[in-house]
Amino acid sequence: MNDFQIKRAAKVYDVCIVGSGAGGGMAAYTLANAGAKVALIEAGPYYDPKDPKYITQLKAPWESPRRGASTTRPFGDFDAAWGGWQIDGEPYTTKDGTKFDWFRSRMLGGRTNHWGRISLRFGPDDFRRRSLDGLGEDWPIGYDDVKPFYDRLDRLVGIFGSIEGIRNEPDGIFLPPPKPRLHELLIKKGATGLGIPVIPSRLSILTKAINKERGACFYCNQCSRGCFAYADFSSSSVLCKPAIATGNVDLYSNAMAREVLTGPDGLATGVSYVDKITLKEEIVQAKIVILAASAGESARLLLNSKSTRHPNGLANGSGVVGKYLHDSTGASRSAFVPTLMNRTRYNEDGVGGMHIYSPWWLENKKLDFPRGYHIEYWGGMGMPAYGFGWGIEGLNGKISGMDGKPKPAGGYGKSLKEDYHRFYGAYVGMAGRGEAIPREDNYCEIDPTTVDKYGIPVLRFHYKWSDYEIKQAKHMQDTFEQIISSMGGIALGEKPGPERNYGLEIPGRIIHEVGTVRMGNNPDKTALNSFQQAHEAKNVFCVDAGPFVSQADKNTTWTIMALSMRTSEYIIDQKKKGNL
Amino acid sequence: MDRRDLLKYMALSPLAAGGLLTGADAQAGELEALPPPATDFLNGRSPEEQDRDAALAQQKFFSEAELKTIGQLAELIIPADDKSGGATEAGVPAFIEFMAKDQPNLQTPLRGGLRWLDNQASKQFGKLFVDCADAQKTALLDQIAYPELAKPEMKPGVSFFNLMRGLTATGYFTTEIGFKYLDYRGNKPNVWDGVPQEVLDKYGLKYDPIYSKK
Repeated sequence: MNDFQIKRAAKVYDVCIVGSGAGGGMAAYTLANAGAKVALIEAGPYYDPKDPKYITQLKAPWESPRRGASTTRPFGDFDAAWGGWQIDGEPYTTKDGTKFDWFRSRMLGGRTNHWGRISLRFGPDDFRRRSLDGLGEDWPIGYDDVKPFYDRLDRLVGIFGSIEGIRNEPDGIFLPPPKPRLHELLIKKGATGLGIPVIPSRLSILTKAINKERGACFYCNQCSRGCFAYADFSSSSVLCKPAIATGNVDLYSNAMAREVLTGPDGLATGVSYVDKITLKEEIVQAKIVILAASAGESARLLLNSKSTRHPNGLANGSGVVGKYLHDSTGASRSAFVPTLMNRTRYNEDGVGGMHIYSPWWLENKKLDFPRGYHIEYWGGMGMPAYGFGWGIEGLNGKISGMDGKPKPAGGYGKSLKEDYHRFYGAYVGMAGRGEAIPREDNYCEIDPTTVDKYGIPVLRFHYKWSDYEIKQAKHMQDTFEQIISSMGGIALGEKPGPERNYGLEIPGRIIHEVGTVRMGNNPDKTALNSFQQAHEAKNVFCVDAGPFVSQADKNTTWTIMALSMRTSEYIIDQKKKGNL
Repeated sequence: MDRRDLLKYMALSPLAAGGLLTGADAQAGELEALPPPATDFLNGRSPEEQDRDAALAQQKFFSEAELKTIGQLAELIIPADDKSGGATEAGVPAFIEFMAKDQPNLQTPLRGGLRWLDNQASKQFGKLFVDCADAQKTALLDQIAYPELAKPEMKPGVSFFNLMRGLTATGYFTTEIGFKYLDYRGNKPNVWDGVPQEVLDKYGLKYDPIYSKK
């Protein structure tokens, strides 16, 4: 019996934060710098992109026996993500024919270590969608409430971009954007001719140094491997490490949070967790608990934190925790561009992502779906990895041989070898990332019969795309076809049709889950107030994307961090006033 | 799955009998041939990944005869020329052997494809593929290397050859020889200042003035 005793750490922290990703890292950074004593609980191990034992950046493909294949790491052997769609001993379930894929990165900094660094502000419209199209709900706050925090975030973390003056794509405080690559210039030329805007991308990558702690980007196009110069935004290097350096943060890594503990008055008293190394049950005591474990995990924690005061789970008197879950829509197409054959060679790596993108440009009045999507682009003379050259037989029959004569697809030998050489850098691709409508019947809940290896009840997903999202994906495919055609490109493969939902990705695949711990002014219909504070327990907060009322056609990370900074300062303010 | 479990699983699997061979004379579960289990990250690999790679390195999948056929096919797909090495020099056969161990779902398509090919060579020329004359080899490959021209009964060969072509290309271009042939210039710290002027001129392109600001 003794080795299952739950140990209670003696120290009572000012704040316990669960999760060290974008939201948790920002809360730890802001609060630690304000003098708060912080316990930061992270399910994964310690990680520092600068420590040689973790570094995969600048490794050549032949340094991996599988040349970067994704046998064990879902995004390839060199990708920084430790975790994936399936984690040993940490299952999740689905019901009613749901397809939902859930990605978790168990490491300090979470998914911010390997994400795309696309850092888009929500625009004014994105906070008031119900007022505009009658669907979903309005946020209890607007762009003006968040703008000061976006501004401070831009300066703190660093982001490149350009001043464009597009109303619903607010400009930030930008470092210089990198010049487009050759295929990006051609995309811009073609798409602009169709009335589709193509502007510099907005990525949290330092094209100029902003402080002494971090270096400037050296254009290796490997942000997804983590950066040993700290030139891109990862919560591990940019927020957690400096927070810990203040001396005010105790990091509990390899700690799987089980539930938030509450007292007889219904307020949180701390967090119980399983130490993954010793397998002992532990408790961290704190006066304030901040959940930032990701939309799914935070909902799971709240639902698993039942008590007599919170019979439906903590902060769940409204019953909404877990509901209104949604992900970005995503669909893609690639193409071959004959005018890019036989390219002059030079180092075209660039930053770890696109140098250009297309923000949403249309009026929904003329469309059969609500909301919109932005377009991301790829291509160019990138570094070969596992998969390079595969499937050339789907293309090389459409291109004349070196002698100008047609030749059949496939082949082998000298002319095939020459095809690989002359086709190199002539492929492009594009993907839409759009806004789905949040629905009460898209949700995650606790599976009543299944626990993970720690004995913690797991999530069960119930999710279906609606016609709105499917029609949006159809529009994406039509748009891609036009852009490709405008470049004189040959679209590859079959255009996805209705039987494949126009290539609409399975929900969860874009890894932008939001909405499960909804914020709002009405405690009967929401879990949190406009400062992401639980209506029913004033010392409980959530600062990941759980509180998002809607997602916008932007990515979530920049807004997660702006709101986490805002909530952290609210906590400091409330503490000073004696309310917390 | 830890390393001990991995070895036990492989020994018990159907592959152990006719396919996957553990290291020279090693019994199932015998660990002497392996290095000690890793305890920390090294070169960006987690302890579990290091252990898995060490266990895979101990194993053999293809027989010598199969590897010989694979080697000849790979070199026919991407041959050496006067300017660059081919698949053999780039180590493609060993790469294909590793991938078959790393991704077991490749095993049956590859092993079965090799046998299909030898069966065709036998029917058409009375010999195994590796023993055929050059003209016979190309005659046979011409029947499976062009998906749009292949006869229906050759389709299994088309699938196999597509797989071999993909693995050979991937295995070739992810080596130093492959990088040199392709003339890939990246994967090093540098300052990106845009597409070179002579390339811009060739395409009649120029940069927006915003990129001239510093």
